[in-house]
Amino acid sequence: MTRAYRFPGKGLLIDRARKVQFTFDGRVFQGFHGDTLASALLANGQRLMARSFKYHRPRGVMTAGSEEPSALVEIHEGAQQTPNVRATMQEIYEGLDARSQNRLGSLGFDLLAVNDRLSPFLGAGFYYKTFMWPRAFWEKLYEPAIRRAAGLGRLSGRADEAAYEKAFAHCDLLIIGAGPAGLMSALTAGRAGADVILATEDTQPGGRLLSDQPVIDGQPAPLWVDSVMAELRSLPNIRVMTRTTVTGRYDHGTFGALERVSLHKAPGEAPRECFWRIVARHAILASGALERPLAHPDNDRPGVMLASGVSAQFGRYGVDPGPLVIFSNNDSGLQTARTLTAQGVEIAAYVDPRPIAVTEDFPVYPEAQITGTRGRLGLRDVAVRHKGGTSVIAARTLALAGGWNPNIALACHLGARPVWEPVLQSFVMPPGSTPGLGIAGAAGGLLSTRAALIDGRDKALTALSALDLRAAVTDIPQAEDTPYAIAPFWAVDAGGRAWLDFANDVTTKDVKLAAQEGFTAVEHMKRYTTQGMAPDQGKSSNVAALAVLADATGQGIAETGLTTYRPPYGPVSIAALGAGGRGEGFAPVRRLTSDAKSRAMGAPMIEAGLWYRPSYFPRPGETGWREACDREVRLVRVKAGVADVSSLGKIDVQGADAGRFLDFVYTNTMSSLRPGKVRYGLMLREDGFVMDDGTCARLGPEHFLVTTTTSAAGLVMRHLDFVHQAFCADWDVRLLSVTEAWAQFSVAGPRSKEVLGRLGITPGLPFMGWRGLSLNGVPARLFRISFSGEEGYEIAVPTRYGAALFDALVAAAEAEEGGAYGMEALNVLRVEKGFLTHAEIHGRVTAGDVGLGRMVSDAKDCIGKAAAQRPGLVENREQLVGLMPVNQGEDLSAGAHLYNEKDPAERAFNQGYVTSVAPSPTLGCWLGLGFLKNGRARHGEVIRLDDGLRRRAVLVEVRDPVFFDPDGGRMRD
Amino acid sequence: MIDLTTTTAFTGLPLTIGRVTLTAFDPGPVTSVAPYPGRDLSRALAPLAFPQPGAISEAAGLRLVWAGRDLAFLMGGPAPDLTGLAATTDQTDGWAWLTLAGRDAVAVLARLCPLDLRAAAFPPGRSARSLVGHMQAIVIRTGPEAFELAVFRSMAGSLLHDLTGAMRGVAARRAL
Repeated sequence: MTRAYRFPGKGLLIDRARKVQFTFDGRVFQGFHGDTLASALLANGQRLMARSFKYHRPRGVMTAGSEEPSALVEIHEGAQQTPNVRATMQEIYEGLDARSQNRLGSLGFDLLAVNDRLSPFLGAGFYYKTFMWPRAFWEKLYEPAIRRAAGLGRLSGRADEAAYEKAFAHCDLLIIGAGPAGLMSALTAGRAGADVILATEDTQPGGRLLSDQPVIDGQPAPLWVDSVMAELRSLPNIRVMTRTTVTGRYDHGTFGALERVSLHKAPGEAPRECFWRIVARHAILASGALERPLAHPDNDRPGVMLASGVSAQFGRYGVDPGPLVIFSNNDSGLQTARTLTAQGVEIAAYVDPRPIAVTEDFPVYPEAQITGTRGRLGLRDVAVRHKGGTSVIAARTLALAGGWNPNIALACHLGARPVWEPVLQSFVMPPGSTPGLGIAGAAGGLLSTRAALIDGRDKALTALSALDLRAAVTDIPQAEDTPYAIAPFWAVDAGGRAWLDFANDVTTKDVKLAAQEGFTAVEHMKRYTTQGMAPDQGKSSNVAALAVLADATGQGIAETGLTTYRPPYGPVSIAALGAGGRGEGFAPVRRLTSDAKSRAMGAPMIEAGLWYRPSYFPRPGETGWREACDREVRLVRVKAGVADVSSLGKIDVQGADAGRFLDFVYTNTMSSLRPGKVRYGLMLREDGFVMDDGTCARLGPEHFLVTTTTSAAGLVMRHLDFVHQAFCADWDVRLLSVTEAWAQFSVAGPRSKEVLGRLGITPGLPFMGWRGLSLNGVPARLFRISFSGEEGYEIAVPTRYGAALFDALVAAAEAEEGGAYGMEALNVLRVEKGFLTHAEIHGRVTAGDVGLGRMVSDAKDCIGKAAAQRPGLVENREQLVGLMPVNQGEDLSAGAHLYNEKDPAERAFNQGYVTSVAPSPTLGCWLGLGFLKNGRARHGEVIRLDDGLRRRAVLVEVRDPVFFDPDGGRMRD
Repeated sequence: MIDLTTTTAFTGLPLTIGRVTLTAFDPGPVTSVAPYPGRDLSRALAPLAFPQPGAISEAAGLRLVWAGRDLAFLMGGPAPDLTGLAATTDQTDGWAWLTLAGRDAVAVLARLCPLDLRAAAFPPGRSARSLVGHMQAIVIRTGPEAFELAVFRSMAGSLLHDLTGAMRGVAARRAL
């Protein structure tokens, strides 16, 4: 470091008493508390901060805000590695580890800078034209190589385990931006009592007033900001959100916003970022205006900045830019020169293409242009072409002032289109184009401080009136009201490469080439050149690029139009959007009351919907699921097993019309069911396909309990609600889920009665009967139903007793030489019996397909009945069959397809598919269920099961789907 | 005859992080009340009244909390006989209840729940069916800085997981 480029006494936001040490590319630097990485590096004389995206050109910082296109860096925090961080947005903290990106070698000597030498070949469209053939090379060779050479920062490759947050906020009025217009809006609305959120992406409110520091009411603007903020902070109805970028505007007054919660501090407990969803009844966009550069040869060197960037780096952080050359086509640039020179900055030249006649304290070059710059890793001098010839002027910084673009991105997010305003040479929103969103100050094209203050107040008054709030008219303080004049000047015509889009390395040549090749529409030019497609989304380059395009095509700028603004306004990390969604936050976990006991017994858990159910209960000596499963199946067939079936949906249906309602939603009749009895039922969707099956118990004359498949509980509830509300809202029927209120356990097997007996329960129930009972005062329900084919009961108790009942049942079953069984055994048991799950009822099968056509009552109508009679749903259907290997030792696999024995495994010959398989210890072979063309007429036939995925072909015999105990005697008697 | 013991929905409560405390609580018997069309329940429910959407009727130690379309939960005591007037089910064990209270209670809930929690929009004495994280929930405001939350009992662990995450974040922000 040779000298510090910090201007004495300047720098509103830095605290010179608090030194902060940080590293950039491993080198230790010192800045002050309040510095950004960009300002601290500039103050240390480090203008080179990055390499450009495509040509690896040396780049510095151009701005002092979120629109920064060039100075993107990586921030390293332990294992955390955040790429593409704008150096202008990253505040420094003790120990900050920032690194340059997109380089091979060092930042000063980047090997990939060879791309810059090859630039004549690498213009827009180069990749499309060059890497076409051979086709396969694109994915394997070209793309990886190009991606390596051209690009941005790197990710760590590890999961981001840092804390992030999402949150909601609501307000009457959201004010986006806290410059003069936003502050005046907030003051007006705050005094009127509106609930206001004032959001600024800056570290503190003030906006441009902190940078240019004009005079307001006779005092420096920052003092006025302080007094306004003091009043706002005293109001309970104002919420100030700093470091918060409003990123998108959505329907119904909803906005997305990203808050940088703790990125300005060393890593700790606090969330790094928070993604806010803000709902506002009304909003005001006071987002200011973004300056645009001028395109001239070699305008991308470190040291070339926007005039607003120079002014902000000086005013906020005291960064000394001098000697400074300003190249401007408008009065704002001239004003910047005057302001800076008045404060002691050395202005080497003011260059303006307009024929201005002014006398200043610095050299002025009217009707002049900058035609080139020099300095390998940082600006050394500029060439100025003026009336008297060309001069080379030594300069450390070149400030470009190409005019202001009102920052209207958020105004356009709901589809409004801006219009060209020739006086400003910019796009603005037409009046009335953004209902519910006022546009105030520079965002609306009002570029003087006083105009912004007035407009901020007036837009707040409009909003308050829409909110039915009365407001006093706030006085407007005195402030500059300088007129703004600009010449339509975009690019210097002097050969060489002149950059438009610094972030994606797009030059005026590229845009002209796009026009020449027929990409004359602005959206086509954008995609051909990639202009505006970098992380900065072309904030500073879009308008200039389309002006160059308009010039190349001969269309006017207004006719050429602007590309579409879409959310997000600024980069939003996926981690913030997905905050809270890692691990257990991904989805709620539903735990059975038996969960702790099952895990203690070593059961691996499997997901069923959101529930976790035990897969099997391993015992010592068993080496895998299969042994445990075989044992559990045998235990149910021979002794007794216990399983938690609480996750099955339970829907309570009550009312005088409950039976009528159930007749309407079930294919079979439920109204005829007698209290104390249970019936199996089938429901169809409106389109005639099967929705779910389950049992229905009549608890009382006007009271039924419907059970559903675990994963279909929500679906069935929603369906019943829909039918009720849409078709029979006036019936006396009410539905409510009681799934969670009851813990329910299956006790199945020849010794199930004995198991219950050990708990003091004498079932005394016929098959498909139920009764209520009291377990020492605890109300319980006992059902005699079976999903295993054995004598089976299900006993339900209020959920708080579930864990105790499961413990007792398992102990009782073990005492009867049985035990707990899991989902694997449950599946084998039901496949042996041909019972259905949603593997079979998968949404594309009819009642007839699954062999339950006779359950669709002829005597009544029901949901789905008419649609089920459509021609395509009744004939030539694939029907449920059982499948058993011809060679009993062979495994079957679900998902396999079925073919006639000699046919090839091709789509045209497909005869059906396999939905479930199970290794049956009872029958001594694998069993399968599947759907086969006209399958019920083909029992006894041998076909081929072909699993292309697992490369397995097995000859199977087509069977009735009920393999075991076809007459059902075991469960009935 | 077997003598069954009870298990609570939550473990690890009460829990304080920063300026917020979670406490499990037993709402007493909870009965859903769903009036049939056109019935007048005023006499049967008196001194309680069937609540308007989002409202709570409170009397004699009982609360009748709006809980959905044509639905309220009677909390704190047994339900009167509503035969022929309304369908009732026992929901006592269906939900896991806790209170979220403390100076940052609103900030913590705003991390998980999309409701407008401003005092004017959701004052004490209001109830809502909404989301807490990914879970559908009953949210009752009992004070300026106090809420009762209920989710499906099986999801009690996820509710704790999500709330503690939000509480840690809010507390850590305070420490910044």
